[in-house]
Amino acid sequence: MILALIDHEQGTLNETSLEMLTLGRELAQSLNVPLAAVLIGEAAHPLADGLAAHGISIAFAAAHPRLTAYAPDAWAHTLHRLIEAEQPPVVLAPGSERGNDVLARLAARAELPFAANCIAAKAGEPFTVTRLRWGGSLLEEAHLPGAPKLLSVAPHTLPAEAAPAAASLAVRPFTPTLADDDFRVQVAAREETAGDRVSLAEARIVVGGGRGVGSAEGFAVLEELAALLGGAVGCSRAVTNHGWRPHAEQVGQTGTRIAPEIYIACGISGAIQHMVGCKGARHILAVNTDPEAPIIARADTAIIGDLHKVLPAIVSLINEQLSRTTGGEHGNGGEGSEGGGE
Amino acid sequence: MNILVCIKRVPATGAKIVLTEDGQAIDTRHLGFTISPHEECAVEEAIRLVEAHGGRATVLTLGPEAAIEQLRESLAMGVSEAILLETDGDEWDPVATARAITDAIRARQSDGEPFDLLLFGNESADAGGYQVGIRVARALGLPCVTGVKKLDVDGDTLTARREIPGGWGVYRLPLPAVVTVKEGINLPRYPSLPGKLRAKKKPIERITPQKNPGGPRMVRLKTPPETGRGAQILGEGPAAASRVVELLRELGVLQS
Repeated sequence: MILALIDHEQGTLNETSLEMLTLGRELAQSLNVPLAAVLIGEAAHPLADGLAAHGISIAFAAAHPRLTAYAPDAWAHTLHRLIEAEQPPVVLAPGSERGNDVLARLAARAELPFAANCIAAKAGEPFTVTRLRWGGSLLEEAHLPGAPKLLSVAPHTLPAEAAPAAASLAVRPFTPTLADDDFRVQVAAREETAGDRVSLAEARIVVGGGRGVGSAEGFAVLEELAALLGGAVGCSRAVTNHGWRPHAEQVGQTGTRIAPEIYIACGISGAIQHMVGCKGARHILAVNTDPEAPIIARADTAIIGDLHKVLPAIVSLINEQLSRTTGGEHGNGGEGSEGGGE
Repeated sequence: MNILVCIKRVPATGAKIVLTEDGQAIDTRHLGFTISPHEECAVEEAIRLVEAHGGRATVLTLGPEAAIEQLRESLAMGVSEAILLETDGDEWDPVATARAITDAIRARQSDGEPFDLLLFGNESADAGGYQVGIRVARALGLPCVTGVKKLDVDGDTLTARREIPGGWGVYRLPLPAVVTVKEGINLPRYPSLPGKLRAKKKPIERITPQKNPGGPRMVRLKTPPETGRGAQILGEGPAAASRVVELLRELGVLQS
């Protein structure tokens, strides 16, 4: 069987786990073995039923009195015990923070190679994977030695698809023997941050600024437009390096990945590290003075002009149209209006 | 505190990646190089911890002789010593890299002071393997926390915070420990001119590491298929604002 680690935050499924199962099903089929989910910690056990619709026919429900808060070494040791018991040819995890963390620790303790963020895998001799480099701007084809094969599946690349398993779901309780050392690294506390702003990763609309904005103060008009549209402000790495905006707003490979309905990219040149961060956007509108800027080719639409003149004009027009609408709601969501403007 | 920070020299790519003819590497003929972003923040964090708690920071890299450029950059920022594990320029897989770094740390610790803290980047910008720091920690028997965006040290205890949906997950570990950090943990300083001048004079310890490949083994690199989006120019200047508002309505993000 192929073992697939399910990533969850105290029982809330991380959707990248379902994307992983898409690759898992293909591999399981090609090896003619069942696909088994591994749910670590009692909070995750209820997730088993839902996984049957994604091709899981066996769910290992791992429990241990100390497996309450997330402890990556304990999760890795649990997987290691399961590997000893079941001898799977392949072990998968989603390429989420926790997935990569756990599989890398499993690789270290089992002295096996580990290929992170794969988008394809082909069983055989040799076992080959295609994995992401540069956050996805480059692909690497590699041979993965060792047994079992350890690989994580790159998030937001494969679709999460429903595909019921051939056999009905069998839940198998599993109680690993773990060591004190496995709990040296464990979440000791959770702190909540005040959520008064629209979260960048979840925002439906993002207005982003790059070096072209020119200064911290220059972001005022982007903030205005974002507020008007009920969206979030993002920025490029050049901007955070200058200290104009906080890192929490950085869109890109080492920042946040966004997937809005629209990303309005102002004064941003379009470096590859930035583009991997916004490629999930349904529509990219670039505002730039340079028609040759690399971002123009990667955008759906573009306005050639100075953002400090273009954005105020957009803000003005929206405000004007809003004030002419009696009792109209503004912001994101809702059905489109019939006909054009007034 | 005695801190070791491990960095990697990576190309400073621009808007496009161009590969060599044989597809084995990025064509770097027209590219500059830099310290990989998460690691640059690790260097800054090491310096801040030394500023707050005393002690010293050492930077280490596995790479070609040209990586001395990145070691000098770190020295200029404020680390005190630098070690080059010199390779012929070929990329080493993460297992081989971790082994060589572990060997160097053991050698250092056997004739000197042990390190209290080993800092790595969470993953390198190019290979993105997510595993070197973890493997080194395992080999040395040290606890390791990854993806850290806030680090505090109080005597012998380290408090590390990682981002989780809605806030922070807090970890407490005894030193010595290994931590992999993410960009955003701090804003790295620009090296000062006196810093750069001092850095030029500092000796670099050069070691020839043993290569024990482990995998994965790269076969070739490929650029992903470009899904062009269309690049439709809606207009020029503020006069094009009406086209934008129209677009926003069409996309259903603006209701009138």
